[in-house]
Amino acid sequence: MIARIYVPGDSGALALGAEKVAIAIEKELADRGIEAKIVRNGSRGAYFLEPMVEVATEKGRVAYGPVQPSEVKSLFDSGFLTGGHHKRWLGAPDKIPFLARQTRLTFARCGVINPLSLDHYKAHGGLKGLQNAVAIAPAEIVKQVTESGLRGRGGAGFPTGIKWKTVLDTTADKKYIVCNADEGDSATFADRMIMEGDPFVLIEGMAIAGVATGATKGFVYIRSEYPHAVAMMQKAVEAARKAGLLGLNVLGSPNAFDMEIRVGAGAYVCGEETSLLNSLEGKRGVVRAKPPLPAIQGLFGKPTVINNVISLASVPVIMDKGAAFYKDFGMGRSRGTIPIQIAGNVRYGGLFEAAFGMTLGEIVDDIGGGTATGRPVKAVQVGGPLGAYFPRSLFDTPFDYEAFAAKDGLIGHAGITVFDDSADMLKQARFAMEFCAIESCGKCTPCRIGSTRGVETIDKIARGIEPEKQIELVTDLCNTMKFGSLCALGGFTPYPVMSAINHFRDDFKPAPVAEAAE
Amino acid sequence: MIMQPASTEIASRTAAIVQELKGLEGPLLPILHGIQEEFGHVPQDALPVIAEALNISKAEVHGVVTFYHDYRSHPAGRHVLKLCQAEACQSMGSDAVAAKLKQLLGIGFHETARDGSVTLEPVYCLGLCACAPSAMLDGEVIGRLDDEKLDEIVAEVRS
Repeated sequence: MIARIYVPGDSGALALGAEKVAIAIEKELADRGIEAKIVRNGSRGAYFLEPMVEVATEKGRVAYGPVQPSEVKSLFDSGFLTGGHHKRWLGAPDKIPFLARQTRLTFARCGVINPLSLDHYKAHGGLKGLQNAVAIAPAEIVKQVTESGLRGRGGAGFPTGIKWKTVLDTTADKKYIVCNADEGDSATFADRMIMEGDPFVLIEGMAIAGVATGATKGFVYIRSEYPHAVAMMQKAVEAARKAGLLGLNVLGSPNAFDMEIRVGAGAYVCGEETSLLNSLEGKRGVVRAKPPLPAIQGLFGKPTVINNVISLASVPVIMDKGAAFYKDFGMGRSRGTIPIQIAGNVRYGGLFEAAFGMTLGEIVDDIGGGTATGRPVKAVQVGGPLGAYFPRSLFDTPFDYEAFAAKDGLIGHAGITVFDDSADMLKQARFAMEFCAIESCGKCTPCRIGSTRGVETIDKIARGIEPEKQIELVTDLCNTMKFGSLCALGGFTPYPVMSAINHFRDDFKPAPVAEAAE
Repeated sequence: MIMQPASTEIASRTAAIVQELKGLEGPLLPILHGIQEEFGHVPQDALPVIAEALNISKAEVHGVVTFYHDYRSHPAGRHVLKLCQAEACQSMGSDAVAAKLKQLLGIGFHETARDGSVTLEPVYCLGLCACAPSAMLDGEVIGRLDDEKLDEIVAEVRS
């Protein structure tokens, strides 16, 4: 048997030196005259262990990590091809506590299979969902997705099945499926990981959406900051076409569905669905007023399903194992699993897919292991740049759409950034306003002007100019932005700003003269 | 010194790109990406060619080009270094990393070194948030930036 060695080709692993490790392994194989196949898998998401190399042995896979290129020689010396002991030895990857504690439904194959092998994909349960879908009526597919309780994983949490039903019920000569892969929120990388580690699951999810709604064309709009994901998706779409997964007869059924990969151009606001549609049409990525809903008049004025990567990638498992299976996970109105991305100043950073309901404290302290710097956790921002900063006193909040909303926060795309006690929350509030000003599409006044006025006002607080009055002004401004903005960019920027002010008031008090703010 | 192609040459090379891509649904962004790949920026002389081929006004094309951060009006340096400045990287000291890099390279954000070696740009998230602070050098990703890695980057862009 030829040995199989897995070295992730995932961007996160590459950023930590996976390419050099792969080259070192190739060289070592050649020097020792060993025949082996190097598979470039995705990442399993335990980034504190990347680059994590795995070998397939008779007793299953054995992982080693984090492996540095200089350690490759000693790995061979220790007999790692048969699972030999080495200081980087981690044992069976699925027994690593960070991974063993997860419930992997959407990410079941990510990091396990060769991302571009349809055979691997099928051997690990792939395509069963689509096979089931083409065998039943479109309304039945929509019913199952609705019953699963799946809600938009992009951040808005809108029930996916209801969106699909609207598109199914709207008659038109052409309908579209658009995948929002403009994952611009800091602390989020779940979309990137799926596209790089299991691209066929997204293609399968989009094909199911097409069959369910009568849409024949799909677009994946990927941000330009993700060149590896773009390349991987393009290759996967080509392979899917060749295999008859896409085309005039999806899996031999009478349903036609094909798709294209499109690349964004560095505008954060294009993650907003209507702005993304304008961008796809070749226009400025300006937000559209709703109604009309994209489900009725979306891309090129046609009924359009627009869903986040993770929403679409969660559909195959629902269609494979049934709505009841998926719905069984979770709490309240948040059903199924959510890929939580633990990032920033954290000891064990990475992707943690779990059923809804874990508390924020469990995620940050137990799973994340506290800060990377070893200092106390001061704040965690949940939901990206538009999410609220949570203090330790709110760590009992369960990870659930409604529970976070009740604490004036949001789950968003489920990214969590951990900050230690050196964080200056006034600076973070200012950055939220500044980011909104940089990225505003300019269409509505509260966002376009409010964000700039917000930066100026927070600067006055920093300089100690009537701070109490300025805080009142910022609060009023946030109220206007929240209720007067056209989309979530201006509408949600108040979350980080007001949470910083409300939970970390000390940081907004005038600095003693000796250490005046920057 | 980076040589600029003559305007007639820009027009003909633009026309070829437009011809290849204009059959797409919503072809403008793919066309602009193609042009930027060809010239390293989106030259003014390309705009009328695109406008005519797509039957839209030059102002509309200009509006789209200027909306997106990615499209450059001037060529970048030989290397492009994008440094993440978003929250997850902030939590790991990206401010200090930026300050150090600016000092080492002698340029600020959105600037190109006088010898044309490198352009430094801020970027808001590379999706490498669990290995912050991060950067992208000519499309290659780099995580957990530290002094040693910064020195390597500087040596590479200057070589």
